[in-house]
Amino acid sequence: MINFFEVNETNKMIEKENLDVRTITIGISLLDCISTDLEALRKNIYDKIERTARNLVATGEEIEKEFGIPIVNKRISVTPIALVGGAACKTSEDFAKIAETLDRVAKEVGVNFIGGYSALVSKGMTKADELLIRSIPLALSKTERVCSSVNLGSTRTGINMDAVKLMGEIVKETAEYTKEDDSLGCAKLVVFCNAPDDNPFMAGAFHGVTEADAIINVGVSGPGVVRTALEKVRGESFEVLCETIKKTAFKVTRVGQLVAKEASRLLQIPFGIVDLSLAPTPAIGDSVADILCEIGLEYAGAPGTTAALALLNDQVKKGGVMASSYVGGLSGAFIPVSEDQGMIDAVMAGALTLEKLEAMTCVCSVGLDMIAIPGDTRSSTISGIIADEMAIGMVNQKTTAVRIIPVIGKGVGEKVEFGGLLGYAPIMPVNPFSCEEFINRGGRIPAPIHSFKN
Amino acid sequence: MKKTIITVVGKDTVGIIAKVCTYLAENEVNILDISQTIVQDYFNMMMLVDMNRAQKPFGDISDELAKVGEEIGVVIKCQREDIFDKMHRI
Repeated sequence: MINFFEVNETNKMIEKENLDVRTITIGISLLDCISTDLEALRKNIYDKIERTARNLVATGEEIEKEFGIPIVNKRISVTPIALVGGAACKTSEDFAKIAETLDRVAKEVGVNFIGGYSALVSKGMTKADELLIRSIPLALSKTERVCSSVNLGSTRTGINMDAVKLMGEIVKETAEYTKEDDSLGCAKLVVFCNAPDDNPFMAGAFHGVTEADAIINVGVSGPGVVRTALEKVRGESFEVLCETIKKTAFKVTRVGQLVAKEASRLLQIPFGIVDLSLAPTPAIGDSVADILCEIGLEYAGAPGTTAALALLNDQVKKGGVMASSYVGGLSGAFIPVSEDQGMIDAVMAGALTLEKLEAMTCVCSVGLDMIAIPGDTRSSTISGIIADEMAIGMVNQKTTAVRIIPVIGKGVGEKVEFGGLLGYAPIMPVNPFSCEEFINRGGRIPAPIHSFKN
Repeated sequence: MKKTIITVVGKDTVGIIAKVCTYLAENEVNILDISQTIVQDYFNMMMLVDMNRAQKPFGDISDELAKVGEEIGVVIKCQREDIFDKMHRI
């Protein structure tokens, strides 16, 4: 039987170390909603989402109560809207109307974000893809809960540089459209290379076309738990360090698996995957950067950071994989800046730069995340940053992403406040040299040689 | 069987077990196992119970137990056994 020590350990993780389930996300296919009539399409979308997800929030709360573990977010991801809206939408404004429908149904069922205002253009753009992408600034400024993502490249297809160029402009335009709110729209917009179909985390969640009609994906968290476990092995060898991370990741992930199975049973929607991510929040102690410091760095960004992050990411996966029957999504350590107090401190101390963050994205789960940059950064420079990140993903056969916020009207040294889970961020300097001619070439970067595995 | 772990932690005083057990008896919750200890004047109790026959929903019992705890100055938590079992047993 379970003993005192074990019960206390679990409850200490929940009460003192911020152990929680970060999100239960229902993925919903909207392919059967397609119509050539925009109003009919919007009605179909609203009805299907409302029907499928109406019990999500109540069920999440019931599970929270029964197990005594917080489930921070309940969310929805849908089929990329460029695929769903192509037949009905003739203009970008038409697409933006679908975003409004998504926002309305998200509020109706009580989820805090709905993802999938997306286009998958890793090789080329259809007319619908382009219309959707061009509608993103309008859609994100008119809605509150809609999240948008665009897949710009993959190891199999190479990088669509026309789309990279366009997204640099769209990021900038989204910042302009939402400048009254410190360019908050960009916090809900992410570009990917090798985007996964089953990611439960925002802003990049969408329900891939390879998925079932509806599916439950769960994202776990627990940076505070890992850091506390590592406090007990200070000064020990890497072997001890790695074993400790693995064991902790196992425990954290088992809770995610339990919650996912329970949600699946109660909602009668099949269980998809558990995403084994170490996802930080701005709460003190819930920080991935603090784990890096506990491993032995003065600040995140100090020499050794990439190695420390590489081992952390790998051990989290090794521990987590055995704890869940299906693992997917992004699975690894997230390194957002504004959502992690330790990262913010490292930037303020001058320890962490954009270039070091880029190096770190080679070995962790995603990419340049929630980074505020000066509002006068050129769109071609943003495209250049995106292209670099896409290249890292393409060559290393991993998911990479960019969620960067050019804060209109603000410059280096100033701060921007997003509020809630999105946190706040100091504005970071960007390399001032031009990449305009490179970005203006047009076309695509071919797939790397190691993609030809057949 | 819906097995549940109830933990009671707080400053030791007369009648903690009596109050908790009375509530459980009134609500048809069967106690399967109890372990209890005092660490530096702090009362620690863990109970394994079966709620199959309970009429009230889990959430209500959990809230009402928390209230019983408040009255006697201890913290009472009520959680399904699965969360501990899954985390600590392979």
